[in-house]
Amino acid sequence: MDGINTRFIFLKKQRRLFIALIAIGVISLIIGVLLYSKKYVWSALLLNSVNYLTIALGATFLVAVHIISRSGWHVVFERIIQAVSMYLPFSVVFMLILFFGLNNIFEWTHEIHHDPVVAKKAAYLNVPFFILRSIFLFVVWIVFALALRHFSRKSDFTPSKKLLIRSRVYAALFVVFFALSIVVFAWDWLMSIEAHWFSTLFGWYVLAGILVKSFAVIIILLAILRYLGYFEFVSIEHIHDLARYLFSFSIFWVYLWFSQFMLIWYANIPEETFYFINRIENYPILFFLNIGCNFLIPFLVLIARKSRRTLWLVVVVAIIVFIGQWIDQYLMIFPGIIKTANITWFDIGLSIGFAGIFLLVIFVSLSRFELIPKNHPYLQESLHFETNHT
Amino acid sequence: MREVLGYYTKETDLLEGVKTLVNEKITVKDVFSPYPVHGLDKAMKLKRSRLPRVAFIFGALGALLGFLFQAWVFTKSYPINIGGKPFMAIPSFIPVTFECTILFAAIAIVLAYLLKSHLGAGADNKIYDQRATDDHFVIVLDVSDKNNKESEEITTKLKATGAKSVETKLL
Repeated sequence: MDGINTRFIFLKKQRRLFIALIAIGVISLIIGVLLYSKKYVWSALLLNSVNYLTIALGATFLVAVHIISRSGWHVVFERIIQAVSMYLPFSVVFMLILFFGLNNIFEWTHEIHHDPVVAKKAAYLNVPFFILRSIFLFVVWIVFALALRHFSRKSDFTPSKKLLIRSRVYAALFVVFFALSIVVFAWDWLMSIEAHWFSTLFGWYVLAGILVKSFAVIIILLAILRYLGYFEFVSIEHIHDLARYLFSFSIFWVYLWFSQFMLIWYANIPEETFYFINRIENYPILFFLNIGCNFLIPFLVLIARKSRRTLWLVVVVAIIVFIGQWIDQYLMIFPGIIKTANITWFDIGLSIGFAGIFLLVIFVSLSRFELIPKNHPYLQESLHFETNHT
Repeated sequence: MREVLGYYTKETDLLEGVKTLVNEKITVKDVFSPYPVHGLDKAMKLKRSRLPRVAFIFGALGALLGFLFQAWVFTKSYPINIGGKPFMAIPSFIPVTFECTILFAAIAIVLAYLLKSHLGAGADNKIYDQRATDDHFVIVLDVSDKNNKESEEITTKLKATGAKSVETKLL
């Protein structure tokens, strides 16, 4: 590994840039609090907290999947994925802040006495149980994310077979827990915004979105770090496989999106259709932009092998998908809380602020240890990785 | 047609042999092996398979035909009122369109593959040597347009790269 940059140095000017991004977020928040209604501000906070929490969570899932699948190609940039997963504890801080705004976000917290449908769901949808559930999920997620990161770091100094086996056990447990917990998370924080509405597919639809988002973010980060002069050993073969991830999971996302939409459209039951009627009539541009950004563009661009092997094109698609997933999250949250709203500078400014925190955390955790897990058993396989003809 | 056959017993020797021949701009007609040899397609400088293109064209065709057929059936040929939905109910056409895409693409690539590689029922492929299906690797070179001296040279080259035996066949 001689002559390769294995240590990330977090420059002062990068730190200043991220702090400037955070400042934009803080200023937007102050202006937002002064200009907009409480409901609007809390919705925007929920949107961005959930958005970046799920990216970090998706990265943790990816770390776990890579460990239990015993695959080797991704080892060279594994530390980027781990660094993204390290945002999880910080994102939970914002989720804890949201507990103070539950009344502004969720109608079920205060409509029990006027609304018979909500009253019937009160056994599940009540504030103490909600907070208990959420805290349980957050704690378990953070424990697993930190544990997987810890095993990887420890193998840099004292590699052992025992460590490898232990990380496999943790990863397997996390994958199972993640699959179940993400559905509960989707019910609690996203579906219960419209407490009258229900969809059994919703949890998996959110899960698909999380995976697409994490792949997009990892591709963007890899491109940024390569631009800064790191990860020069990540070849176009690795990019090709990451692009495949993005391509296949954007199809998976649209598959679930459409399954949910078509079943509701076909059954035509008023209890279910109001969800989509609200979105199509009040947010027509975003509704169709969502499908365009998350499915049509990645599908049509990345279907060709040549574009999957062109770094800038893959990055452009990843950025489009990232924006598309933000819109998707927007459509899950805003139409339920405020009947008609538009994306304003406040939303965008707040998102930029969150992106600043996100990048700051990632860059700090990247600079903490080596950029390559140098004792990973599959490192050589990953360095000489070639995708075959497909 | 006159052909030179080089027999190898080791995978590594075969790869070396193919590389030397390709480097000296001698056209390798074909290579037979009992199992797929990794890196052989690169050594032979074979072009990438065009099967994905077939899949894309027929997939697109399947999507188009599947969609148009449903549109024709439900608006022109036999319109039925299903639950008060419009006759041109696009969301309910999508699953069938999707299935047609897959069906067309899948069948097309299987047929294109069989046709292009002369396989399938009724195919009559010459087996150069029974051993090529067991434990030998065979390089086939077409030397019809070469004189005796040139084919002699090729024979020595094959031997030099580790060929166990070299045969010349007249067809």
